[in-house]
Amino acid sequence: MTASGATGAIAFRDVHFSRGAQPILRGFSLDIAAGDTLALVGRSGAGKSTILRLINRLLVADAGAVLVEARDTREWNPFELRRRAGYVMQEVGLFPHLTIGENIATVPRLLGWDDSRVQQRVAELLELVGLSANGYSSRRPDQLSGGQRQRVGVARALAADPPILLMDEPFGALDPVTRAEMHREFRRIQERVRKTVVLVTHDMAEAFALATQVGVLSEGVLAVMGEPATVARSNDARVRPLLAPLLEATAVLEPRS
Amino acid sequence: MTVFHFWRTHTGEFMTLLGQHVLLVGVSTLVAIIAGVPIGMLAARRPRAGAPIVWLANVVQTIPSLAMFGFLLPLPLIGGLGARVAIFVLILYALLPIVRTTTAGLRSIDPVLIEAGTAMGMTPGQLMRQVELPLALPSIVAGIRVAAVIGVGTATIAAAVGAGGFGEYIFRGLSMVDSTVILAGAVPSAILALSIDGALTLLERGLKNFRGSRRTTARVVAAVLVVVFAAVSVVALSSRRSADVIRVGSKNFTEQIILGEILAQTIESRTRLHVERRLNLGGTFICDRAVRAGDIDAYVEYSGTAQTAIFHQPVQTDARQVFAAIKARYAAGGLTLLDPLGFENTFAMLIRADDAVRLNVHTLSEAASVAASWRAGFGYEFLQREDGYPGLARTYGLHFARPPTAMDLSLIYRALAGRQVDFIAGDATSGLIDAYGFTMLEDDRHYFPPYDAAVVARSAVVLAHPELRDALASLSGRVTVADMRRMNRAVDADRADPAAVAREFLAKTLKISR
Repeated sequence: MTASGATGAIAFRDVHFSRGAQPILRGFSLDIAAGDTLALVGRSGAGKSTILRLINRLLVADAGAVLVEARDTREWNPFELRRRAGYVMQEVGLFPHLTIGENIATVPRLLGWDDSRVQQRVAELLELVGLSANGYSSRRPDQLSGGQRQRVGVARALAADPPILLMDEPFGALDPVTRAEMHREFRRIQERVRKTVVLVTHDMAEAFALATQVGVLSEGVLAVMGEPATVARSNDARVRPLLAPLLEATAVLEPRS
Repeated sequence: MTVFHFWRTHTGEFMTLLGQHVLLVGVSTLVAIIAGVPIGMLAARRPRAGAPIVWLANVVQTIPSLAMFGFLLPLPLIGGLGARVAIFVLILYALLPIVRTTTAGLRSIDPVLIEAGTAMGMTPGQLMRQVELPLALPSIVAGIRVAAVIGVGTATIAAAVGAGGFGEYIFRGLSMVDSTVILAGAVPSAILALSIDGALTLLERGLKNFRGSRRTTARVVAAVLVVVFAAVSVVALSSRRSADVIRVGSKNFTEQIILGEILAQTIESRTRLHVERRLNLGGTFICDRAVRAGDIDAYVEYSGTAQTAIFHQPVQTDARQVFAAIKARYAAGGLTLLDPLGFENTFAMLIRADDAVRLNVHTLSEAASVAASWRAGFGYEFLQREDGYPGLARTYGLHFARPPTAMDLSLIYRALAGRQVDFIAGDATSGLIDAYGFTMLEDDRHYFPPYDAAVVARSAVVLAHPELRDALASLSGRVTVADMRRMNRAVDADRADPAAVAREFLAKTLKISR
């Protein structure tokens, strides 16, 4: 099996996509190796969310191809494809009429797992995201804090052990302290589960904190892609503005005398 | 007689009417749920396909229920007197609130949840069952609540087409001008509406906290379907008819109910046929539709009413000509008009006796000169019919202080006595004319056509049962205006039972006893 055909591998080949008359992607190409955590960084409206939705076929490319495990998404059964790609959103989107346990069990139930296996998996996941105590399983989403809800969102996305995890500004709505805590949690979880993660964010600091690969999106194409340290040193005019907030913070923390 | 006393003496009938009322509302609401929720789902998913249905449901809602019954009576399958047509009409009225709230409930769901469900790999069906419907459920139940409460109210109108329910008491009370009987029907139907509203509110609250397993849900749905099927079969079976039953109808005022009883009792005593009474139907229109559709076999009509309101012919004043003309028209429609019963029930223009004396007004021509300071109250039919108010106003140049008020026939005498109006159109045979001491103005220009009362019967039934014809013909020429006024007064003023009044009349006048 070639690298691009490995379980969880994703590739974009010269993808074009427009929303109405407005082009979003103009010949976008990208290879994501299985087990990598790729952070896509770009300004609002750069098309970051579009890329995630092309992967799980919520959207279909106008031209070019999106390949998941070397197979064009158009050839996948969309429901099967989506059950292989966990999806975490900024708004989390927990179902308010279901308990935490039932929310987490959604995809396993769609896949027809039997009850005892589902219950066991829910318990495992609550433990994984640090919510195993105090009967969280039978609580309602509205009884949880924002950080706890996002943990449940991650647990729900991982429930059926999908090879791919798609995260759309997952921690954007959290306060900075909770966000930092979630970053640590994410690294710990990824250490254990080793998914192919595609994470989009407008925050370069978050990208550096979480990713093994960072890509910068500009004008509908991938401007720069590399390891965090490489991207941080980039002199590319499309990358510098995204680094500016970090540099300013550093300047305050380590003033030159 | 107090309402409580009335209930105590009519317990059996009361329970039957309660059962009918609950059945009417229950069956129609359930069918409306089964049809309305999918329509609402369609309208939410595809607004373009759903819009015409919602539009249609809107239009249906604006049609007055009595008119709707009239339109549907002659139709096959759903038409006909009785519970079937009533349930159909109630379903139509219940649809709109359910469709609306289903659509609104589905549209108000946070799009993030739809996206989350889709991204997790739910098919459209799974998304609907697991996410959209459960979230829209409280809204849907609210719509069902509205539909059921409207249904309890509308079901009272169903008595006009013989479907029973508490409307039976309300219509009976209105035609007898007896507020006790009206309350006997109105109070329990209000309590029923409040109970249903309360029960569904509890259900709505319960739903917010209850999530049954899929198996429980399936069982509940199956149980509901079984109940609906059973109820529909009962209704369908109960409307089957036997050949030896003669259905006698009547319109919804005292005289007609007494006449209906007279026909029924005459048939019962002179033939071996069984009689089913479908009295107190909602007016000329409903009776005519019903006898043509075969839902009733005979009722008493008035010649002038047939000429103008049924056959839409110009007003004529010669009684013989009118009678011959409508007899021929009825024959062409498969109906037999028997010889007149003997009395005429023309419209009576009434004023209070003290006004008549004070203003010295005794004819309609004299009334025209003082009418400008009067308020008038007329029944809906009289206000609309060509041989009613429009022609009357032209003939006599009548102008009132303001446009005449439309009121129910049964309230009109009381309104005149209570000085809410000063001029009314009543029935010449009404017992209340003497009871209240009203003055009947003379039709000195002979505006009103003759209104000879006569039996209209289905020709097929009359031919199949010659003894029926003989029995009904024995009534021809035997009921005088004085008889009719006396009987009307006995019921309206003295609260006598119409059936007893009819029995007494037949025994005394025609020497008929059962």
